[in-house]
Order: sequence, then C-alpha cells, then structure tokens
Amino acid sequence: MSRDSLLRVERVTKAFDGLVALSEVSLEVRPGQIKGLIGPNGAGKTTLFNLIACCLAPSAGDIVFCGRSLVGLPPHRAAELGIARTFQNVQVFPGMTVLEHVLVGLHRQARAGLAACALQTVRLRRTERRLREEAEALLDRLDLLPWAEVPVETLPFGLLRRVELARALAVRPKLLLLDEPGSGLNPTEKQAMSQLVRGLRDEGITVFLVEHDMTMVMGLADEVAVLDHGSLLCEGPPQQVQRDPRVVAAYLGEGDDA
Amino acid sequence: MMARAWGRTWFLAAAAVAAVGGVELAWPGTVARLTRGLVSADLLIRAGLFTVVLVGLNLLMGYAGQASLGQAAFYGLGAFASAIFTVRAQALGIPPSVAGAWWWPWLVMLLAAVAVGAFALGVGWVILRLRGHYLAMATLGLGIIVYIVLRENLGLPHLNLTGGFDGIVGVPRLRVGGAELWPVQVYYFVVWAAALGAMALGLNVVHSPAGRALRALHGSELAAESVGVDVGRLKAQIFALSAALASVAGSLYAHFQAAVVPDTFGFVPSLELVVMSAVGGMSSIWGAPLGALAVLLLEQLLRTHVLGFVPAVSGELEPVVFGLMLVVIMMFWPAGLVSSRRVQGAVWASR
Repeated sequence: MSRDSLLRVERVTKAFDGLVALSEVSLEVRPGQIKGLIGPNGAGKTTLFNLIACCLAPSAGDIVFCGRSLVGLPPHRAAELGIARTFQNVQVFPGMTVLEHVLVGLHRQARAGLAACALQTVRLRRTERRLREEAEALLDRLDLLPWAEVPVETLPFGLLRRVELARALAVRPKLLLLDEPGSGLNPTEKQAMSQLVRGLRDEGITVFLVEHDMTMVMGLADEVAVLDHGSLLCEGPPQQVQRDPRVVAAYLGEGDDA
Repeated sequence: MMARAWGRTWFLAAAAVAAVGGVELAWPGTVARLTRGLVSADLLIRAGLFTVVLVGLNLLMGYAGQASLGQAAFYGLGAFASAIFTVRAQALGIPPSVAGAWWWPWLVMLLAAVAVGAFALGVGWVILRLRGHYLAMATLGLGIIVYIVLRENLGLPHLNLTGGFDGIVGVPRLRVGGAELWPVQVYYFVVWAAALGAMALGLNVVHSPAGRALRALHGSELAAESVGVDVGRLKAQIFALSAALASVAGSLYAHFQAAVVPDTFGFVPSLELVVMSAVGGMSSIWGAPLGALAVLLLEQLLRTHVLGFVPAVSGELEPVVFGLMLVVIMMFWPAGLVSSRRVQGAVWASR
C-alpha cells in the first residue's frame, strides 16, 4: 500500500456475537479522492463506516488515519482528528434550527467548557459571534441560508440531507464519510448533491461515500470499492469495476434473492 | 469578566421578587392577608429553594434529556452536610473558633456543593451510560440508597451523625458578620438571591455552546458525537451541576427549617420535583420557578380550601391530586405551563 494514503483499513474484521459483518477487509483512501463504496444490502458498508467513525471497534485489524490508529478511540475523537460523517437515516436534532445544527458542528471550535458557558465569559461571547458568522457563511454556501432560523423538523427530506452535510462540514473535516447521500432525493437534488460533493473535493476534502444509485456513484467517484458478504470483492476505477464479472454476479445474486 | 445572556425577563423577575420581599419586610404578613392565607413567606421561601433544584433538574431532564428520579438525594446530602457540620461540629473535632464563626456555615455550604457535585460526577460517569427507563431506574435506586444511608446514620450508629429517623435539630441561622439573616422576611432575600442566581446560571448555559450540545445529544447522541461533542463527559458534568445546585438548596433549607429529617429527601420528594419540573415546563429555565410556585400553591389550596370540606380524608388526597395534575399537564400542556400563551408572552422577551 502506498504511503500517501489518508485512511488505511488494514485486514479489518468485525463480528457481532459471532455473526461476521466484515471479514479481513483492506482498502485505502488517498487524499483528494472521491472514493465510492458499493455492495448489495447487508454487505457491511455502514458497518465499515461506523468502524471508521469510531462508533464501533473492530474485532481484528487496524484502521489508520493520517498515520495514527483509530482503534479504541471514542467517536468524538474521530471528529477531532478530522473525520466527519452523515448518516444513512438522517440524524438531526429535533427542535433545533438549521443554524443551530451548524453551530453544534462548530462545537469543537468553541473550546468552551461548561464553567465558561455557565459564566458566559466575554471570550465566549466573542467566540460565539465568530462562530455565528462562520455558520452563516457555511449555510450560504449550501444555499440553506433562507432556512437558517427554521426548526429542522419542518423541513423536507432533501433539505435535511443538506443540513447534515452542513453540520459535517462545520467540523472542517479532512475526510468526509457520506452514507447514501443520494437516497431519498429526486434526480434534480441528486445532481445538485453530486455537484456539491465535487466542489468539496476540489477544495481539498477527501470524500468516502456509500451509495446505491449506480449512475450517481459511477459518475462521481474516482475509485470504487465493492463489498459483498463482508468481504472486499474488488477495487478500481468505476468503469473497470462495473465490468468486473464478480460484481455483476454479486448484484445479480442479490436480485435472485429478492 | 462576566457577561450576561439572560435579558429583560430576568430583571423583571428580580424586580418582582424584590418588590414582594420589600413589602413583606415593611409590613410582615401582607402577602398572606392579600391572598387570604394562601401564600405565606414560608411558601415563597420553599418555592425559591425548589427553584434552585429545578434549574438543575431542567438542564438535566429538559435539555440533556436524562431522567433523574433521585434528585432529592442531592438536596438531602446538602441539607445533612450543613446540619452535621454545624450542629455536630464539636463531635467532629472542629475547633469552636472555626465552627462558631459566621462564615463557617457558608463555607460548609460551598464545600458540600463541591463534594456533592464531585460525587455526582463519579456516579454520573457510570450510570449515565444507561438510557431511558434504565437511567430512570438507576437514579431511583441512587435516591433510595442515599435516603437509607442518611436514615441509617451513614452505617456508623455509634457516631450518630445524621440522627437516624429523627434527623438533626438546632441547625443555626445563617449570619453575615454579626447580623443574623432572620426573620423569615430577611431569609426570603437570601433564598431568592440563590434562586435568581441559579436561573442566571441556567440561562447562561442554555444560551451557550454547552446548551446547544445538551439539546443536540438529547436529539441524537450519535450525531452529537459525530461532530466532536464528548457526550459522556457533558452528561456527567451537567449531572454534577444539577447535583451541586440541589446541594446548595439543601443547605439553605437546613438553615431555614433549623431541622432536617431523612423523610424530606426520600423517593416521594424526588417524584414531587419531577412533577414540578413537568408542570412548569422542563425545557425551560423559567419552568423552574413556575413549576415550584404552581405545585406549592396547589398543595396549599388543597390543604386550606379543599380538604376542609372533605372531612373523611386527610393528607392522603395529595398524592392522588398530584397524579391527576401530572396526567392533565401531560395531556394539555406537555411542555408545561411555560408553553401556555400568556406565560410565553412574558418569557419571549428573554429569548
């Protein structure tokens, strides 16, 4: 494996009570890349994301990000190291506005302990003003500014995906994990999302995404990895992966089961 | 340097508190006369004490979404710490020159709050991993354990520190220099200064990154963690803060009542706190004083106006009415009195 990888997954196995979700999976994500992860339902894609985001710990193997192992770290440390994510089933904070979601994303930058918050130190107020400006700039970039003060539960699904993305970007990630960013979106929204992801890559954010929509992922990713039944089936440029007989078989196989 | 995040409503509330206190100070008993015995200085002090506890409980339950059915335990620990270290100072080997000084009870109050907060931080670190009903059960258990430990003399009957069932009598009044903060009309100011202070503290937390993080982890711990919120730590911290506030209120209670008994801090009082929190509105700092006042007023109303007409029943009607009240509130104002339009008009200014 090359030395210049941002994320290296090394022979990772994850078992839940004996049920093997991932078995000896190795792959890498290079900086500046948009990498796609595909595979039939239950292949272990979200499990792999949860391992990278430190929401789960691998049963065996190692995950190395920027040269340091993520194994054993709590999830908030992954965010501190520069890994941000969105969720397959959108995870928002009910009752909070769109702006507040981004401000929570900027939590790390507030650097304010509970004591400083309880006393509302002047430094905190100054930081708060700066964060607010930054949050608004971010919302503006994602065309969410008109909804800044709107509670999220009143928003349509397509916007929620973008709110999640805004919140993740607030972390200023080096690596962005997108778990099915296109699901639940209409074709126009999907196109806009693809455009947005490309823009992020151009700014230097590395993107690793799980996506079911083949047109979307093949058009977007520089490289695609395929998981099936917890194992890495193959890896390579989209065109090559698409033609791979093993991939075709895996997807047809799924079709037979269904 | 400190700034404030609490706005106009807080100052209005402070002015109202001061006005009522001023009138009571000049013409004692006025409030009771005007309300035909419904509201007394005693009731207002209790409301102030509960407000301090409820600010913490609302941050914990309403904002962070972590249930506590044992909050009266921390209230009791503060009360007993103050009672033990003032009344039993001699037995504990504290020199009279220290124990007799005016600042001693204040120092005890402070140290008790710190100790109770540290205790809650440790306990919270462990039990706040639990969620929903399991957390509720754990805090319930904690409350009962603390109650039993207080009742059973901390397991050291020969020292008789807590006084067992009978508790401790003769807790001294608070003083500043040579001046005793008594009668009750004076003590009112002490308690409500604490209540307003707690509310300011609570409002500061709510309008800060920590307050946002609390609401976020309430909504989705997974998502809050994914952006770098140390959920376990923050939950333990807010649990500790709520415990420390309850401890201060307990200390103030001990010096007010001049006597403490374990039964004041058992399971039913913990439940009463939850009812107050729900009645006032747990997702609001303003719900704290509202809930405390509303429930205490209703209790008083029952005692003076209703129970008198129903000769066959004694105090046992109270829990029944509490239960009914909780059901009605949950049905019609699930967000508490704070959510009613009229109250909101007043609260809105503070946002």
